[in-house]
Amino acid sequence: MSSPSSSSSNTTTVDASTMNNRENHQKPIPLKGRSLWSDAFRRLSKNKMALTSLIILGLYSLTAFLTYSNIIVSDWSESIGPSYAPPSFEDIRLLFGTDIFGRSVLYKAIKGTQVAMSVGLIVGIISVVIGVLLGAIAGFFGGIVDEIIVWFYTTLSSIPNIMLLIAITFILGKGIFSVYLALGLTYWVTLCRIIRGEVMRHKDRDYVQSAFSLGASRGRRLFVHIIPNVSHLIIIQFSLLFQTAIKSEVILSFIGLGVQGTPSWGTMIDDAKLELARGVWWQLAAATLFMFVIVLALNILGDALRDALDPKLKGKD
Amino acid sequence: MNIYSYVLRRLLYVIPILLGVCFLIFILFNVVAGDPTLVLLGKHATLEQMAELRHQLGLDRSLFMQYLDIVKSAFTFDFGRSWVTKQDILYMIKEGTIPSLTLTIPAFTLGTILAIIISLFVSLYRGGKLDKSIVFFCIALMSIPSLAYILFGQWFFAYKMDMFEISGYEFGFPYFIPYILLPGIIWVIISLGPDIRFFRTVILDEVYQDYVRTAKAKGLSENVVLFKHVLKNAMIPIITYVVIQIPFLVLGALLLESFFSIPGLGGITLNAINSSDFPVIKAMTVLSAVGYILFSILTDVLYTVVDPRVRLK
Repeated sequence: MSSPSSSSSNTTTVDASTMNNRENHQKPIPLKGRSLWSDAFRRLSKNKMALTSLIILGLYSLTAFLTYSNIIVSDWSESIGPSYAPPSFEDIRLLFGTDIFGRSVLYKAIKGTQVAMSVGLIVGIISVVIGVLLGAIAGFFGGIVDEIIVWFYTTLSSIPNIMLLIAITFILGKGIFSVYLALGLTYWVTLCRIIRGEVMRHKDRDYVQSAFSLGASRGRRLFVHIIPNVSHLIIIQFSLLFQTAIKSEVILSFIGLGVQGTPSWGTMIDDAKLELARGVWWQLAAATLFMFVIVLALNILGDALRDALDPKLKGKD
Repeated sequence: MNIYSYVLRRLLYVIPILLGVCFLIFILFNVVAGDPTLVLLGKHATLEQMAELRHQLGLDRSLFMQYLDIVKSAFTFDFGRSWVTKQDILYMIKEGTIPSLTLTIPAFTLGTILAIIISLFVSLYRGGKLDKSIVFFCIALMSIPSLAYILFGQWFFAYKMDMFEISGYEFGFPYFIPYILLPGIIWVIISLGPDIRFFRTVILDEVYQDYVRTAKAKGLSENVVLFKHVLKNAMIPIITYVVIQIPFLVLGALLLESFFSIPGLGGITLNAINSSDFPVIKAMTVLSAVGYILFSILTDVLYTVVDPRVRLK
């Protein structure tokens, strides 16, 4: 739980300089400092839920890698039984029954991990690159550059996300590549806003000024000095982007703009809308379960990262 | 700076944003999307047919004129006719608003009130087992895809258990209620997770403030502090969070409406997407952008009116 003085930094009335003084007086100066990262790791490793989530994330990544290199479930497209065989414990492949072509639903769900993890990762990377770059430039240089970037992302965020997604996938055509781009090109705005605000707060701080007086160029001050100091926000946002992207893939698949040819959780849930009337619930169950576990893990991890890396927010949410 | 000049300045700022939105829509649908006549006429269209259709749709005019058309529609709300149903789009929108609102307003109101009550209750036990388990429950609720709620709810509660109408809609006050019950409940469940998380953070932000300690030091009871002091201050971010969602209530719920065959704006939009009905998609995009921009100004103004600490700049 945070003390009253640290939470009051959220109000607009408190002057930043008095805040700093107060903090300096309260905290004894440690003889040997721990870096933010080692401190964060220490806090994270105490959190059992977060560690479990990290292991789950690792397992999913491993599964995605193994399916990608065809080491496991390379025979997902073979039919192993009759159409719509209900789940049974006789055979591991029948754990979640079969689909219309008699293919193992479990194998399809495992194969779908590959699509989900790649969508999360690539969309996260695209959004982070665009968001950090534009946000840092806007916040650091200010003036007309800032105005243009703010205008651009305000415009973009005025259009409902789903409309933009639809429009972009419409234009790029169907397929996983357009899913990456459509999501990546629309999801960077939040991060850009955050980074812009943080860079603006940081650019006049003492450490940046001393770097300036040592002759550091603008690019060096921005990318070597300021960005590492806001990088924890990037990591927190990345874990959020990752799971939002996984969830969005389902919606895109439902609208018929998603992944083609290879199974994904989105196409499986989309198939379920016709199957349910016939009582076939296992495809929906398998895809939802697979997705639930990883999204839950990422959510918990995101929260734990925020608690660990952003001490100001500790104990709140 | 007084409040009027602030509002005026914010309103003037709408113009570049709206021009930008129109430009983006124009780029996406008129420039990059290519020739829609092929989609509309099918594979066996002759060149003359395509040219005639292009003329009918106004696609043979200069790009600048086409851009101006979109800008004009953002201010006049005259969106032309649908390519598929040939109806006037403004008329379609007017028809679709009521079914959308009959679903979204009750669901939104109920969901928000429920979330506020739960988060206030939870903040009493902050840091405790109950608090932690409710936060975990919210995260778990948020981790299930919304489509799964809709598919499962419709199949299990409406189809199998026969507790609700499977789909459909009837106009008129008491008649629509059975049709909006299940989609409404699903809406509340989907929105509960993010709402509680947000409200809880906002309330906990206030709980550690000095004035709360003062109030407690005066000997006020926990309940009085929570409802009279904390809630009042927490209402500021809560109001802005609620107000900014209002334009999206008019737009309806895209997935819920299409699954439950409610003839609202969400369903209209999804049909337009499925049939490549560009004018309708463009109209809905422009409309939601205008709504979003106006309501974000409204929230900013509300913010300054409710909270005197915020200085205008």
